Amino acid sequence: MTDRMEKNEGRDAAWRRELRDAMPAKERTAIPRAVMPMLPGEFRITNNDEVNQGLSEEQAVLEATRCLDCPTPTCIEGCPVNIAIPDFIKNIQRRDLPEAARILRKTSALPAVCGRVCPQERQCESRCIYNKMKKAPVAIGYLERFAADAERDSADTKIPEIVDNGIRVAVAGSGPAGLSFAGDMRRRGFDVDVFEALHEIGGVLKYGIPEFRLPNSVVDAELDTLRAMGVRFHANTIIGKTLSYDDLLNMGFRGIFVASGAGLPRFMGIPGEELSGVMSSNEYLTRINLMGAGRPGYDTPVLKGRRVAVIGGGNTAMDSVRTARRMGAERAMIIYRRSEAEMPARIEEIAHAREEGVEFLTLHNPVEYIGDDKGRVCGVRLQRMELGEPDASGRRSFVPVEGDIVTLDIDEAIVSVGVSPNPLIPDSIDGLNVTNRGTIAVDEAMQSSMPLIFAGGDIVRGGATVILAMGDGRKAAASMAEKLLADA
Amino acid sequence: MNRIIEKSHFSEHVVKLVVEAPEVAKARKPGHFVIVRTGQGGERIPLTIADADVAAGTITLVVQEVGVSTRKICALEPGDCFNDLVGPLGRATAVGKREGTVLCCGGGVGVAPLLPIIKAFKEAGNRVVSVLAARNKDLIILQEEVARYSDEVLIMTDDGSAGRKGLVTAGVEEVIQREHVAEVVAIGPAVMMKFVALLTKKYEVPTICSLNTIMVDGTGMCGACRVHVGGKLRFVCVDGPEFDAHQVDFDEMISRMKAYDPYTN
Repeated sequence: MTDRMEKNEGRDAAWRRELRDAMPAKERTAIPRAVMPMLPGEFRITNNDEVNQGLSEEQAVLEATRCLDCPTPTCIEGCPVNIAIPDFIKNIQRRDLPEAARILRKTSALPAVCGRVCPQERQCESRCIYNKMKKAPVAIGYLERFAADAERDSADTKIPEIVDNGIRVAVAGSGPAGLSFAGDMRRRGFDVDVFEALHEIGGVLKYGIPEFRLPNSVVDAELDTLRAMGVRFHANTIIGKTLSYDDLLNMGFRGIFVASGAGLPRFMGIPGEELSGVMSSNEYLTRINLMGAGRPGYDTPVLKGRRVAVIGGGNTAMDSVRTARRMGAERAMIIYRRSEAEMPARIEEIAHAREEGVEFLTLHNPVEYIGDDKGRVCGVRLQRMELGEPDASGRRSFVPVEGDIVTLDIDEAIVSVGVSPNPLIPDSIDGLNVTNRGTIAVDEAMQSSMPLIFAGGDIVRGGATVILAMGDGRKAAASMAEKLLADA
Repeated sequence: MNRIIEKSHFSEHVVKLVVEAPEVAKARKPGHFVIVRTGQGGERIPLTIADADVAAGTITLVVQEVGVSTRKICALEPGDCFNDLVGPLGRATAVGKREGTVLCCGGGVGVAPLLPIIKAFKEAGNRVVSVLAARNKDLIILQEEVARYSDEVLIMTDDGSAGRKGLVTAGVEEVIQREHVAEVVAIGPAVMMKFVALLTKKYEVPTICSLNTIMVDGTGMCGACRVHVGGKLRFVCVDGPEFDAHQVDFDEMISRMKAYDPYTN
């Protein structure tokens, strides 16, 4: 609550009052929610261009006008990093875009990323006052993206002023948790080195999320901002392998933040899963997103299936199935054991997939893959399901319909049923406590069993969202900074 | 960027490269591998480390031309660089004093990753017998180096142009029959490891093999390298590359290694 009040202290400014008084609430709530301009579905599957084109300034200002600038804005509570939402929105309304971007940067290292990939409908926007009025919430995500993009397009990114304290900290992993931690620590004056195992900086933002949802140029611009602040990035370096814990201490690092992310893909353990053409979504997306497979000039091969089954109902499954359409699949199908209402994917992603011609086989679960004489997958047997009582996840469970099994011809299957934490660091640092799920055990301050090691993101959560990982990075930065400055 | 310091040819299609990689040279142990990438659009290719020189800050890699990416690697000359090199990856070989002979058998370029293991077992005080096998004498590599750390070396060639004519398994069986072999280490083509494993299983000699499955990231993320070992799904990049050869499903592995054949050449 105090956080929320602090985050809204700008509300009493004269200009905010003027904006509130300029138009009665009734008139503002009558404005329809902005519609995101996007490329048409049939065109999208011919290329990798970003689907959502972003609001125009006029659209954004009008959408910002809808925000009632509530005295106790519940939207902030819905945001894992508590962005000062009304403050940045009202700056968009008065067309002070640099100030809107500055407010976002105070709490988020990656506003242009979050504005694109956050599940706002379950976070900030789900808490908007408009929901209580049975109206569509303020499009906070669209506005966040608008402000961040405007800053980037103006080529006038504000580098915060930094007072160096000379204390070195290391980050393992350059995904959302690592980047958010790095930005926060650098702003506090720490000397930050980020080590990345892959040859590209950005983690899941580069290898996982496809270009049509999050262009690499957007990620690169955020990385450039961090570089301009003085954060150093080192690709091809694995903490625990290339550099040991002791190496880091000898190099003068006083704190280490482990954000090594998700790792091992889960498989279902059904017959035929070892056939060629059955792969994890991590493999499929990494080949295409990170390695450029399928594009001229790139050596990494990728299977271009004509009939592709993607198993799972999360965002990664949607990314995979939509990628398959773009790779030329005639049939790209989501196979999901529950119904659409239970799917963990964002509503927008499901809608986009459908517009792109993706087929949905809900209430179906693979029980066996069928192979040809060369060991390649050529079919899948699916058990039909029906919904039962809600289970531990709060979603309705699935119950097999006895004897109801259908066979589907496929030539590629992409398994997207979750991941386990990356085992590299837990395996190679002695004394680091690990949970029975393989995640690094941390306390509320994100501190591990080893005093100098903090951890956050998927290596702690097992599998979560970009924004939750960023929230961990922020929290770890705050507690590590406090500890190191107290020791100094 | 990691510079090539030295290059030599073992045969027309097998090249030895000494590469600048000081951190990897320091951290690596026998059994470890690296991932390299050549050119802007290059593939990530796993290669087992054949040797390292901590003082010089270099590692040695032995590469056989089999496709687009290995052809690019073999075309690199001293002064050229890998765009990327990361490691050491995988779990190191469990080396120690054994109650009996350690029999190390290498097929083709598999001898290169075997060399540091031979060396380590010798340094741990074991009697080491090595069996090197190849199609013909031109494809036998590192014989001198292997001999330096082995009590005895047997050479087997398919055509009898060097050593004895016959398959690697003939050499292995001979040694097992004449002396007490405590452990076998087999590295080479999947088919070779499969047949060595079948043989040593008959004699109940514990056998370790090092798998060279397809990998993309090589850091425990993509699952391309997965293989069943003892009925359990294992990932070669983080759980391996070495496994109990008697437990590996080689037929599955051999089939999966062809997954991208229609797409590469």
